[in-house]
Amino acid sequence: MKLYCLSGHPTLPCNVLKFKSTTIMLDCGLDTTAALYFLPLPLVHSPRLSKLPGWVSKDGAVNLEKELKECSGRVFVDSQPEFCLPEKELLDLSTIDVILISNYHCMMALPYITEHTGFTGTVYATEPTLQIGRLLMEELVTFMERVPKAQAATCWKNKEIQRLLPGPLKDAVDVWSWRKCYSVQEVNSALSKVQLVGYSQKVELFGAVQVTPLSSGYSLGSSNWIIQSHYEKVSYVSGSSLLTTHPQPMEQSSLKNSDVLILTGLTQIPTANPDGMLGEFCSNLAMTIRAGGNVLVPCYSSGVIYDLLECLYQFMDSANLGSTPFYFISPVANSSLEFSQIFAEWLCQNKQSKVYLPEPPFPHAELIQTNKLKHYPSIHGDFSSEFRQPCVVFTGHPSLRFGDVVHFMELWGKSSLNTIIFTEPDFSYLDALAPYQPLAMKCVYCPIDTRLNFHQVSKLLKDIQPLHVVCPEPYTQPPPAQPHRSDLMLELQPPPMAYRRCSVLGLPFRRRYERIHLLPELARSLVPSEIKAGVSVATVSAVLQSKDNKHVLQPVPKPAPVPPSKKRKRVTEEPPEVLNPKPLLSGAVPLEPFLAMLHKVQHTLSLRPNQSAQSACR
Amino acid sequence: MESQKSAAAGFWVAASFGAGQDVGRSCILVSIGGKNIMLDCGMHMGYNDDRRFPDFSYITQNGRLTEFLDCVIISHFHLDHCGALPYMSEMVGYDGPIYMTHPTKAICPILLEDFRKITVDKKGETNFFTSQMIKDCMKKVVPLNLHQTVQVDEELEIKAYYAGHVLGAAMVQIKVGSESVVYTGDYNMTPDRHLGAAWIDKCRPDLLISESTYATTIRDSKRCRERDFLKKVHETVERGGKVLIPVFALGRAQELCILLETFWERMNLKAPIYFSTGLTEKANHYYKLFITWTNQKIRKTFVQRNMFEFKHIKAFDRSYADNPGPMVVFATPGMLHAGQSLLIFKKWAGNEKNMVIMPGYCVQGTVGHKILNGQKKLEMEGRATLDVKLQVEYMSFSAHADAKGIMQLIRMAEPRNMLLVHGEAKKMEFLKDKIEQEFSISCYMPANGETTSIVTNPSVPVDISLNLLKREMALGGPLPDAKRPRTMHGTLIMKDNSLRLVSPEQALKELGLSEHQLRFTCRVQLHDPHSDNDTLGRIYTHLKSVLKTYSIQHVPDGTVIVESIVIKVTSSAEEPNLKVILLSWSYQDEELGSFLSTLLKKGLPS
Repeated sequence: MKLYCLSGHPTLPCNVLKFKSTTIMLDCGLDTTAALYFLPLPLVHSPRLSKLPGWVSKDGAVNLEKELKECSGRVFVDSQPEFCLPEKELLDLSTIDVILISNYHCMMALPYITEHTGFTGTVYATEPTLQIGRLLMEELVTFMERVPKAQAATCWKNKEIQRLLPGPLKDAVDVWSWRKCYSVQEVNSALSKVQLVGYSQKVELFGAVQVTPLSSGYSLGSSNWIIQSHYEKVSYVSGSSLLTTHPQPMEQSSLKNSDVLILTGLTQIPTANPDGMLGEFCSNLAMTIRAGGNVLVPCYSSGVIYDLLECLYQFMDSANLGSTPFYFISPVANSSLEFSQIFAEWLCQNKQSKVYLPEPPFPHAELIQTNKLKHYPSIHGDFSSEFRQPCVVFTGHPSLRFGDVVHFMELWGKSSLNTIIFTEPDFSYLDALAPYQPLAMKCVYCPIDTRLNFHQVSKLLKDIQPLHVVCPEPYTQPPPAQPHRSDLMLELQPPPMAYRRCSVLGLPFRRRYERIHLLPELARSLVPSEIKAGVSVATVSAVLQSKDNKHVLQPVPKPAPVPPSKKRKRVTEEPPEVLNPKPLLSGAVPLEPFLAMLHKVQHTLSLRPNQSAQSACR
Repeated sequence: MESQKSAAAGFWVAASFGAGQDVGRSCILVSIGGKNIMLDCGMHMGYNDDRRFPDFSYITQNGRLTEFLDCVIISHFHLDHCGALPYMSEMVGYDGPIYMTHPTKAICPILLEDFRKITVDKKGETNFFTSQMIKDCMKKVVPLNLHQTVQVDEELEIKAYYAGHVLGAAMVQIKVGSESVVYTGDYNMTPDRHLGAAWIDKCRPDLLISESTYATTIRDSKRCRERDFLKKVHETVERGGKVLIPVFALGRAQELCILLETFWERMNLKAPIYFSTGLTEKANHYYKLFITWTNQKIRKTFVQRNMFEFKHIKAFDRSYADNPGPMVVFATPGMLHAGQSLLIFKKWAGNEKNMVIMPGYCVQGTVGHKILNGQKKLEMEGRATLDVKLQVEYMSFSAHADAKGIMQLIRMAEPRNMLLVHGEAKKMEFLKDKIEQEFSISCYMPANGETTSIVTNPSVPVDISLNLLKREMALGGPLPDAKRPRTMHGTLIMKDNSLRLVSPEQALKELGLSEHQLRFTCRVQLHDPHSDNDTLGRIYTHLKSVLKTYSIQHVPDGTVIVESIVIKVTSSAEEPNLKVILLSWSYQDEELGSFLSTLLKKGLPS
């Protein structure tokens, strides 16, 4: 049993598990942080971004002025933003049988894998994961295709040239594996390979392995996976949360008795408390609005935004800001809000009980009805005529490199009345802001990451007691910025097995048993004898049948009666074709009856070894 | 092994004490692997007395049901499947889990309350469950998701499949060990305008319990029925008549509303369409929130246009019934046995221009059933009679599987036995014959209160040591040879409830037993005018030519070894040509050994 690690990113994992002749990919995360090296894609022509000077090395030897632009004191690639893919060379990806998706953030690289590697398998995901994942992919594609870039920059990736570039570009890794965004066709084709599963559904893979998704409490439809045979159990824990937000709570007890637990997707901000961040978010928002400024919240179109809207729904009235409009701008804003209301089965208890009334589970339905929350597919069209200030705008993409957010940065960046509040933890906010500097607008960093923190995870591991833990390398040491914080790492006995990009781990497993079925006729024919108290033994002679990784023992078929013919003699002249091993003999020989028996057969002269053998073993 | 055997060859019993050869009240008790499960807990709409609830004294004469039942499963929200639930749990007494899907859990209490109001508040009956009892009963409900495997206890697991029929309808698979049963509830194998088709995987249950409401019918295509329906409604409206469509608030109503809504839109019709009950809006809201349970098309387009927001269909007010001019009214309940639909029917029945369309099955005893049977004079309460002059049309829109659908489901699930319930005896008989012929499986159709036992033949799961299995699979080759089956030998160790199959060597080692060596020896006399050594050489050559596939060694110390068989040659000084061949083999090589002794007795080739 082996684990191939195709991504080193702890929260955007992509691992391949080889287990009992099946090859299972666990998640398919796409690292979008590579986009930070690129110039923002403005939706509306931006004089500032279109007049940037090209980059030429100091000695003038390297001239990449078409590809690289200097902006706010940094060098950026002027091209369609690219993303860092999971490693494709470590193993033949066409051999992957199934892909298990744990949540919609961890499936964004799916089209790259299913469409360009010869993949012929099945992808398993829950319905909310599929539907919201599709929205996020479509959004990404729309962001890119709305502002087409004629050129693709590749020269700078040349090793010799990259070496000469200024920081952070110089240190970017794996640049040759970066790819630009996929197309809608690729998204549709990739998602057509998804098979829907429900929590606690047992899915058989080739009769050899059973996989089961369990609620992980992180987002709508998010799951951890159990991969098990009759004797071995691997738990894959990815992006789990113990906080009470909107999703169904995390299912923990089914993770018990794991031989190996693969742990990914812990919180990226272990020092921030999500509740505290939410409070800070609200107070900063209120402060800005009261001062007459606008609030920009760069965010994904699904996930924490539902909680933010719910929190603001309660907060705004109490803060006397009930008339402030909220705008949610995304090509998939409407779909995201609508979809969130129809997945009652996947929500926490108290949201679930609302649909029984029947009422929509999320209060944003009411915000929309009362016109407090408006959603638009983009800044073009109705939005431009309807929008009032001061207001709160939720829009993507959180990298600030593409999407409608770029326009708001250009529009509001110059005024110190306005505030940008970062809530998504995936990007360093300083890097995200780099091409917009100098900036007058206030920046507030309130990352809300509801995933497990180190304290919660160590308590969880104590409860479920896995024999071995596998995790990304960063979890085995304190964060580089806080080397003294030994509480911000995993300390386990035995120590966790750490992996990084391109690691191949042999998992400590010894398979010793396999499940086999005795047909009822065979079971009935067995003659067990008690060897010692509580232990019985029976000799089994049977025919093995293996089909689809299922093994069955049948009774030995009776030899077809040989027709009484002249040829019969010839039959005995053939040596026995197969050597059927006979059972070993053991146990006590009843001496008296044995001797008596010998005595008897001596007189009849025809001492057939067969008979004596049988009597001997009885 | 005896105890093991009896446990393994378990059997189970299905007792239907509500749903036998009768449509109207579903309640089945299944005993499987020592677990008792109640499937549905329905009420008979045709009765107004004790007979409307299942006879729970069948389970126990006195006391509560909790200790007799491991769980109760409700397939869908129709009252003939869940109507007796509060009676059972609160009045007879049951505190265990009740499983149903989310939509059923949402809608079921509303229908129960609605029904309670009609029975108690309007008809003034006593000895009926109260609102509080409905609430208390619903607290015992555990929601079930599709395809989720729910572990009721350590041995009993259940899994729900999509059944079509109505919003949230489910089929359930019940499994204990290797025995399993599937209960369909009501299901529909053809997708309609708002729901998808039932689906189940090839789970090969020991028993499939299927409804058989439409056991003999093979309905013409849905499209034809729809066209027919629209034509009749249109004609009546054109000639200024009124159309009454008695429906249940949820289910068919929504499908027919979608149908009429699109027709009205297309034909630009102006006659008003009303929906009679206050439940409608609420009902449509449920459909919007549980859109994942509707069909593919509605789910795909719901963001742009929600099919359950109707433009032409408005709420009905009691006074509208006397309005002149044409109209179409959907009114509850569906069988004309009470409530608003019966009120409107009474008002409109005297005019031959009007029409009543019965879109579903009507239970015996209801007004719906009577007029469908052509009765023209109805006795009403207070000895009044009602002349039925309006046109009566029957259109099977109720989403049950027809004979074709039932056969289709059998093909999907591949059960080993079949049990038909919820149908009429004669029709079921016909279907039973058909099933037995086509699938050669036994098919049962118990009457109410009758118990059916089905013997299962489960195989025994055992842990086999991987070494033994791998060795066997390597020896056996990749494909089994049907003509030459390989016999494998192993030792089954039974200890602390575990069954392990290991190689005999390992078993001996593990149990600390010593192996007995059993060797057979045999002397064969033979005339051969050569030296002992040459004779041995000749034996060696002979065996080499006969036993081509065996390893044969000629050891310099004067022995020939074939597998474990040792062959020596001696002779006495007196008769050097009379050779005595000594053969010795172990018990494990018995076959080969006796073959060799026979072979050598025949002498050596010259």
